[in-house]
Amino acid sequence: MKNTDLIKLPFSKNNPILVQVLGVCSCLAVTAQLKPAVVMAISVTVVVMLSNLIISLMRNTIPPRIRIIVQLVVVSTLVVLVDQVLKAYMYDVSKQLSVFVGLIITNCIVMGRLEAFAMVQKPWPSLLDGLGNGLGYSVILITLGFVRELFGSGTLWGYPVMEKLGLYSIGYENNGLMIMPPMALILVGLIIWWHRSRNKDLCEQ
Amino acid sequence: MNMKWLSDWFEKIEPKGKWGWLGSTYEAFHTFAFTPKTVTRSGSHVRDAVDMKRSIIIVVIALIPALLFGMWNIGYQTSMATGADWHWLYMWWFGFLRMLPMIVVSYVVGLFIEFAFAQARGHEVNEGFLATGLLIPMIVPVTTPLWQLALAVAFAVIIGKEVFGGSGMNFLNPALVARAFLFFAYPTHMSGDKVWIAADLWGNDAIAGATPMGELATGMQPSASALDMLIGTIPGSTCETSVIAIALGALLLLFTGIASWRIMLSVFLGGGLMGLLFNAIGYNEYMQLPFYYHFLMGGFAFGAVFMATDPVTAAQTNCGKWIYGLLIGAFAVLLRVCNPAYPEGMMLSILFMNCMAPLIDHCVVAQNIKRRAKRAAVIGKEAHNG
Repeated sequence: MKNTDLIKLPFSKNNPILVQVLGVCSCLAVTAQLKPAVVMAISVTVVVMLSNLIISLMRNTIPPRIRIIVQLVVVSTLVVLVDQVLKAYMYDVSKQLSVFVGLIITNCIVMGRLEAFAMVQKPWPSLLDGLGNGLGYSVILITLGFVRELFGSGTLWGYPVMEKLGLYSIGYENNGLMIMPPMALILVGLIIWWHRSRNKDLCEQ
Repeated sequence: MNMKWLSDWFEKIEPKGKWGWLGSTYEAFHTFAFTPKTVTRSGSHVRDAVDMKRSIIIVVIALIPALLFGMWNIGYQTSMATGADWHWLYMWWFGFLRMLPMIVVSYVVGLFIEFAFAQARGHEVNEGFLATGLLIPMIVPVTTPLWQLALAVAFAVIIGKEVFGGSGMNFLNPALVARAFLFFAYPTHMSGDKVWIAADLWGNDAIAGATPMGELATGMQPSASALDMLIGTIPGSTCETSVIAIALGALLLLFTGIASWRIMLSVFLGGGLMGLLFNAIGYNEYMQLPFYYHFLMGGFAFGAVFMATDPVTAAQTNCGKWIYGLLIGAFAVLLRVCNPAYPEGMMLSILFMNCMAPLIDHCVVAQNIKRRAKRAAVIGKEAHNG
């Protein structure tokens, strides 16, 4: 596989959320607003990139029978680092994300990339693969965060967009369903629908 | 009446050539007017004079008593709240003018999406929306803003139905999906005391007035008598208040066999049993409420007659229908009494059992196979021994 494909494919034909349907839990939980969604996207991208790199460097020394536990140690170390950085510099967002930063450890995208890619590939492609998948995840997360905050709370990054547009005075109201996780699931479903209607080869027969 | 001119006209305008892509739309209107003359030639089929369009029309006719009464009740509630002295015909006219835009919006938005999907997929237009489109404005408060109603209809048709493949494939009742959407998206317009009575002919302003269930949820006794609830002269969603008008529709549905009597009966049975159980516990005033009040209040009767019996989303096996209905009634009363956050449990209870219906059917069928296999084994043994 070419190095450019490693970054390009996770955006469309091999998107971790839309095609592999991994990492859906966090994608429903943290996207009620744009800001936590962006922070979460960056955190996951960093973790998946670095863990891919580290595991790839170590891949020839890891005994296959204990590989999962080794991967977990690496991932949790990185997640703890990310968590501490968030707590130090973005305390309010860290509070909002609460348990979901810690749960990056169990994010299937991270484990999936380690098992499927980093264990058998050289460090540089592994790093790119981590970046590609992290960005593929980020695109969906940020899209959801954008739509849900805009229609659910009428704001974007805390800025009252709908109020400034004067929509409330003509009878517009925020959609309470948008803030609830079920609506995130429905939105992901709609994006998958759109994505598959554009890429017919992804549809199962 | 000789309708040949209409038939001839349909033959003449049948889209061909460059208009051929409009086939689905043409076909929908043609079969709406006339029963198709083509029949399946191969294989064996059960044939019935009543097709889907005809049975949907019977549901629409069954809804008319509730609709007409609901229109009158809208005007009656407003005149009572404002102290205006209106003639009963004007009350009805007032309600008619309030309901008409809602019905038009519901049909226009829903049918537009239905036709668009049918054209895009190249199959027939699903006629099920003729009933759904009328049901939706009948089960929302009269002050629901029209744009919210339009959004809910679009959500119900697309997410509740078309993503699964259209009428017959949906596992949730689309009209209740629309109501659930409104309930969770715009809760201030769907519950509380300030949504049930329209303040004037236009706009979404409302006069405060609690429904019997709203009063009960806040720990008060209902101010309306059981007779008022039976007749339906109480605040509530537009056309769900009158049990008598709903009963007229129910009679038609049962007489024509469109709705299952097993489901209808078992919903009331389940609700009644749960009500009696709460009577026996008698922990608070809501629990001590006579069990038949639950049939008269809110959307219980409407849901039991028109929503739970939806043949697409209900259980299919006869035994499954009993279980399905009993649990709908029981859950509805349970939600009402035990969860003050959801004053009306009927909507959520039916939607929940819609999800469970395939499971119930699966268990009933599996049980039946097991029983028959056992019997076959016994007979086989006897034959072997004999």
